[in-house]
Amino acid sequence: MKRGAVIALLAIWSGGAATAAEIPLSERKSGYEFMGGEARAMQDDDTANPAMLWVLDGEALWSRKQGEAGKSCADCHADAQASMKGVTARYPAFDAARARPVDLEQRINICRTEQQKATPLPFESKELLALAAYIAMQSRGMPIEARDDEHLAPFLRAGADMFKLRQGQLNLSCAVCHDDNWGRKLAGAPIPQAHPTGYPLYRLEWQTLGSLQRRLRNCISGMRAETYAYGAPEYVELELYLMWRARGMKIETPAVRP
Amino acid sequence: MARAIVNVPPKAKHGDVFEIKALIQHEMETGFRVDNMGKVFPRDIITDFVCKYNGEEIFRAELFPAVAANPFFSFFTTATESGAVTFEWSGDNGFSATASRNIVVE
Repeated sequence: MKRGAVIALLAIWSGGAATAAEIPLSERKSGYEFMGGEARAMQDDDTANPAMLWVLDGEALWSRKQGEAGKSCADCHADAQASMKGVTARYPAFDAARARPVDLEQRINICRTEQQKATPLPFESKELLALAAYIAMQSRGMPIEARDDEHLAPFLRAGADMFKLRQGQLNLSCAVCHDDNWGRKLAGAPIPQAHPTGYPLYRLEWQTLGSLQRRLRNCISGMRAETYAYGAPEYVELELYLMWRARGMKIETPAVRP
Repeated sequence: MARAIVNVPPKAKHGDVFEIKALIQHEMETGFRVDNMGKVFPRDIITDFVCKYNGEEIFRAELFPAVAANPFFSFFTTATESGAVTFEWSGDNGFSATASRNIVVE
């Protein structure tokens, strides 16, 4: 009898968890829609958007020769406005040589080490953020692609599992805030839906440009869980899931967020 | 030189009021932050910004440690004559940056 009660309770528990569903596609909102008018105006005007300073740096870096090979990005990829159009909308992408997905920053560093024979740029360095912002901006306004890639499927599942995994001293998962409680307030700030449409983006709190991984580390330490090192496969899997979750939404890079 | 983005309309009618925008890349290190060992990051900020319209000063600002990184200014002036709108930033550690845009007044 007692065992029956426990099973009944478990059934209720799992039933309750199942109602915490993903956000319907039609109800998805970019972080932009949760911002105030001033922050929106800053993002909308390229002459007021501080992230444009990094984009201009990235444009200059694009044609600068680097490493022992003495090659610039432009030597292989020519005009970024044509060659990089839509690239960000399909990243993280599967890298056959590594047999796993890589994100845009990692792809830039693979190019640097393998093609330019240069040292990889550190994560969150000004140069790496500048190149990533310049490349990502070429996809501004384009929808994020939903990729049906069988190679990516296991990594996408791992990312989805991590999104729902409760962790840290507060025993929170990403989903607890961003699926179940978006639109409500956390410490006075609105909880957005966590769609990575504008990265790398200028966060007023950071007073600088930052990557999606930096944002993920923020959230993970906020949950009082252990962060992974920059470039960890766990982040890339989570990025992959977040991009899939935001499929069809428009790239806003370089975005501004509070 | 630090990267700056300035915005002046290329054309204006005589007597029109137009907006000028100036954004510059600078970390604006306050001088109040300390590292893990308690050592202070020395102050490094922009202290002055001046905008001139054909040599005449039309806007000036003093900046202080509480100003956020990458300072942005927006202000208005009246179109009087064609010419150059110039911008000058200066600050700690000999920081100096300039920019200039031409405007045609019809």
